[in-house]
Amino acid sequence: MSDISASDQGYEANMGDYFALLKPRVMSLVVFTALVGLLVAPVPVHPFIGFVAILCIAVGAGASGALNMWWDADIDARMKRTAGRPIPAGRVAPGEALGIGLALSGFAIVLLALATNFLAAFLLAFTIFFYAVIYSMWLKRATPQNIVIGGAAGAFPPMIGWAVATGGVSIESVLMFALIFMWTPPHFWALALFVKSDYGNAGVPMLTETHGRDATRKHVIIYTLLLVPVAIGLGFTSIGGPIYLAVAVFMNAWFLKGAYDIWRRDDAACEADKHRVEIKVFKVSLYYLFAHFGALLIEAALRLYGLGGWS
Amino acid sequence: MTLHVEHELHTRRKGRNYGLGLILAAFIALVFGLTVVKVLQLGDAAKFEKFDHVARPQIIPEEGAGE
Repeated sequence: MSDISASDQGYEANMGDYFALLKPRVMSLVVFTALVGLLVAPVPVHPFIGFVAILCIAVGAGASGALNMWWDADIDARMKRTAGRPIPAGRVAPGEALGIGLALSGFAIVLLALATNFLAAFLLAFTIFFYAVIYSMWLKRATPQNIVIGGAAGAFPPMIGWAVATGGVSIESVLMFALIFMWTPPHFWALALFVKSDYGNAGVPMLTETHGRDATRKHVIIYTLLLVPVAIGLGFTSIGGPIYLAVAVFMNAWFLKGAYDIWRRDDAACEADKHRVEIKVFKVSLYYLFAHFGALLIEAALRLYGLGGWS
Repeated sequence: MTLHVEHELHTRRKGRNYGLGLILAAFIALVFGLTVVKVLQLGDAAKFEKFDHVARPQIIPEEGAGE
């Protein structure tokens, strides 16, 4: 008797496995930056509509994560960090991940259009397309600059949040985009410097493999230098203020110091202290982003009481 | 031979089915909540009635009112 073939399988995927397809950790960053983009905008949004909008952005980001896992299952299986993901671990079938990714993308985009406006929905659709197609399918395996251009996908959420509230794009939302866009390369290359062998095993052209670790160190300091004016410049727009500027100056000095330390090192020093500096700079880069967006949020909260900002 | 109404698969997939049920219920709540908020944001019930494809004499300006 062959009633249902699925009953022959040894493992049945549970909700947790499907949830893992959505890359919850990446999603948390997306939710945070999109929420800041929405809350700092000068146009108030009804709390429930704001909640639905953030949910749509989170689900859209999750959907692009599922599409990425579907496409990159072969790479993921070869890397220690990603071998435990649902598809390479055999817990979810690739077709299921593709279906979930496409269905959730559709739901998120349509619901965002109905709940807010078409610009926000278009930006979300473009973000999913950019991450799943431009980054995952094209750039990731083709060029060591993959994360520079691919970083745009992670940079869109605050712009979408801003578009949800205002229905437009402005210098503030472009600078919030630029902040994440310029932050991604040094953040990722600091990571690549201490998990080098993993990307090499998977055949992903990371800068560390194609141009060497010294060139990567140089890139980290150059991109960090380029990041500084963007981060400081945001402080002088309508969403910035003295608190943001103070945080930005401190965090940029800290990040820049870390990037400088990385640049000054060589492989022998890295091996000697087991990449202590690189790991530290990677952590600092995470604080960096949260501190900047957190400071924007504080400025917005103070503005409610007539404080904050430059006025 | 006794008939098993519930296949073993049903027990195995119970968690998944409950999960999906919850997601669908949440989706319904979301659309309902969104509808309530959107309608309330119109501020004027007459505007809402305009979305209905039924003639509403009370929202049509009276003919000859200005005469």
